[in-house]
Amino acid sequence: MVEAIYNRAMKWPYPVNYGKENEVEADVLVVGGGIAGCHAAINAARKGAKVVVVDKGAVVRSGSGGAGVDHWHLACTNPCSKVTPEEMIEVMKAFGDYDYGEFGNGMACYILCKESYDTLLDIEKMGVKVRDVDDEFKGAPFRDEKTKLMFAYDYVNNYCIRVNGGADIKVAMYNECQRLGVKIYDRIMATSLLTEGGKQGARVIGATGLNVRTGEFYIFRSKATVLSAGQPSGLWIFSTELKGGAALFMDPNNSGEGTAMAWRAGAELALMERGGAGYTSGGFGYPQYGVGNAHNTWYACKIVDANGKEIPWVDRDGKILKTVEERYLPAPGQKYFYYGRYSGSPEVWGPSLIPDLPERIMKGEYVLPLYADLPGMPDYERRAIWGLMIPHEGKCRIIYDNYQRAGFDPDKDMLQVIVMPPDKYTYAAWWAAFGARQWRERVHGGGLLFDWDLKASLDGLYVAGCQAYCCADHASSAVTGRYAGRKAARYSQTVKKSVIDRQQVDAEKTRVYSPLQQGEGGIGWKELRGGLARIMQDYVGEYLNEETLKMGLTWLNSIKESEASSVYVRNPHELARTLECLTRITVGEITMQASLARKASSRELSFNRLDYPEVDPPEWNKLLTIKLDNGNIKLGELPNDYWLKPPYAPTYEENYRKHNGL
Amino acid sequence: MDYKAYMVPNPMTPGQVVSIDPELCTGCNTCVEVCRLDVMVPNPEKGKPPIAIYPDECWFCGCCASDCPTKALKIEYPLNQRVGWKRKDTGEYFRIGMKNPPPPNTRPPV
Repeated sequence: MVEAIYNRAMKWPYPVNYGKENEVEADVLVVGGGIAGCHAAINAARKGAKVVVVDKGAVVRSGSGGAGVDHWHLACTNPCSKVTPEEMIEVMKAFGDYDYGEFGNGMACYILCKESYDTLLDIEKMGVKVRDVDDEFKGAPFRDEKTKLMFAYDYVNNYCIRVNGGADIKVAMYNECQRLGVKIYDRIMATSLLTEGGKQGARVIGATGLNVRTGEFYIFRSKATVLSAGQPSGLWIFSTELKGGAALFMDPNNSGEGTAMAWRAGAELALMERGGAGYTSGGFGYPQYGVGNAHNTWYACKIVDANGKEIPWVDRDGKILKTVEERYLPAPGQKYFYYGRYSGSPEVWGPSLIPDLPERIMKGEYVLPLYADLPGMPDYERRAIWGLMIPHEGKCRIIYDNYQRAGFDPDKDMLQVIVMPPDKYTYAAWWAAFGARQWRERVHGGGLLFDWDLKASLDGLYVAGCQAYCCADHASSAVTGRYAGRKAARYSQTVKKSVIDRQQVDAEKTRVYSPLQQGEGGIGWKELRGGLARIMQDYVGEYLNEETLKMGLTWLNSIKESEASSVYVRNPHELARTLECLTRITVGEITMQASLARKASSRELSFNRLDYPEVDPPEWNKLLTIKLDNGNIKLGELPNDYWLKPPYAPTYEENYRKHNGL
Repeated sequence: MDYKAYMVPNPMTPGQVVSIDPELCTGCNTCVEVCRLDVMVPNPEKGKPPIAIYPDECWFCGCCASDCPTKALKIEYPLNQRVGWKRKDTGEYFRIGMKNPPPPNTRPPV
């Protein structure tokens, strides 16, 4: 077989037909069939809409949540929860926090608090176990005897649920889509939104797509469209299998098509300048959760040094916790805790490892390497971390299988923590290593602006999941998908089908297939991708100023004319990857323009302007928006809590009641 | 002895990423169909194991391995991402990919 491969170039194994058009009709078109997209499709179908889902990969497993989930966040309405959605949102509002940080989005957060548990019940009905149905954890402090629900982090307030069977959640949702008659178009990369009259800023009436195996063109005509293609990723670092691919948090297919499509159609985006390096940098990382660590999936694991000396856990006030049990309880006088001391404000900080661990390693008090001492944990916590969370969290089933196949036994073995410079031991996600970071690629980053209907700024367009600005995580994607799906279905009942503008389609076809005209003299898409990452690192990295941002724009423009216009492609897969590079150029330009617009530094946004060094001056405590208007960049601004100001009601409850569409 | 040496224009980084046991593989191509990134393509010979044509694009989501009906396919973490562990009571150090590994732990997950 090796001979067959290497004696001659192999023929592309799928039938190729560049330019062939396929027309598809829908009431509701869902662009991006990940967690958000599937929930949108299911809920739109339940409202009687004819639903089409289009996905670059295979919906059965696509998206960042496609390989599993272990935690279900902010399930405030579950029977064991001691925090109501109203309490949760008021605490977050009072401290300026909305789910993991400032400049957040209260609408999405409140909707999540209200519907997170109901969405989990939906999942349970689709066949995911959710509860401790086999009584594996009977008697454990995180398991409720009556409901058999299992909780994570805060065992008093019980609003974060551990999901049994999360590994195959996507398969269950795919089956539900099939059962409801949703039409799924796999291997189709969406490339543009179609608008009424082909005009920028007009109502969205469909989309175009490219089949990544056959190169055929797809024209989708729809009455309503849900955009759920995730957050753009992989701009600042080009990860490969030897360089961080396994550490990446987001599905590599999330290259920003949704954002770029919406932008070209004239939709308004927000917070595109937000900084903050993703902790799953993907630089020289190890498999996520596949090293000794104490973060999230591994929360509250005992950590010891090379001599077995334990690293203490402290509460939010810095008091050393003497028992394992205390790591799962709020501090004296604290109502509830959120997670660690990295998010929110000290009011909601939870237990963490000693915050001065780096200094104490430097001084020699703790000797590297560290280890995750699973044998030193109580049986039920050990089994919960290694036997429940790891096998069900996304991308971690293979950690369970591979490590156990190699003889790893959590009852006996301590997984090594990777060796890093001491200052890297601050944030307990210890697999991402260090080096060049993915600037501006964090959860709760920039995306589409939306309202209480989860409607984008264009009529006919709804948004769900990480596609929306400042949204993140599995439950948030599921809930916004569920909500947007039913709203889009309702909208689709009120409008007639539109006529596709042929000129708009032709212009898009020309754009999509232009790399085919380029001869073999040019570079391949990987070199282009790596070059773009270099430009992003240099010109819109950690520290910015007007000169370098404008230089970045000049470079991107120059690349568009030069290297990007001469990329050669050998098959539809490489054509799609090349188009992804063009998408990233667009997203890069938007990021640079949005960064130019914010003329102040911000701690909250991890935004550092060397030419505007004042940090968070009050006049810049506002949301900046950006869009194309007749081909020109138009900047806008909104109050940071625009969803509680006119034209909306002043309270979360009232707005939710008016808009939720249940 | 006749040594075969060959070259391929513009070779990809040669990480193995997936290993498929040809004895167990039926060529059903489930792995090809669930892979979100088209890392693998079907073998031109029907019934034979798929070919990893773009292993450098792998995200290590593991869906190919979990969905393989015969467990023929395994994901292999590259050497630069192989980790180790210390046995608490003996101090012995083991790692992914070592020459004489300890016996496998067969306990199933929850």
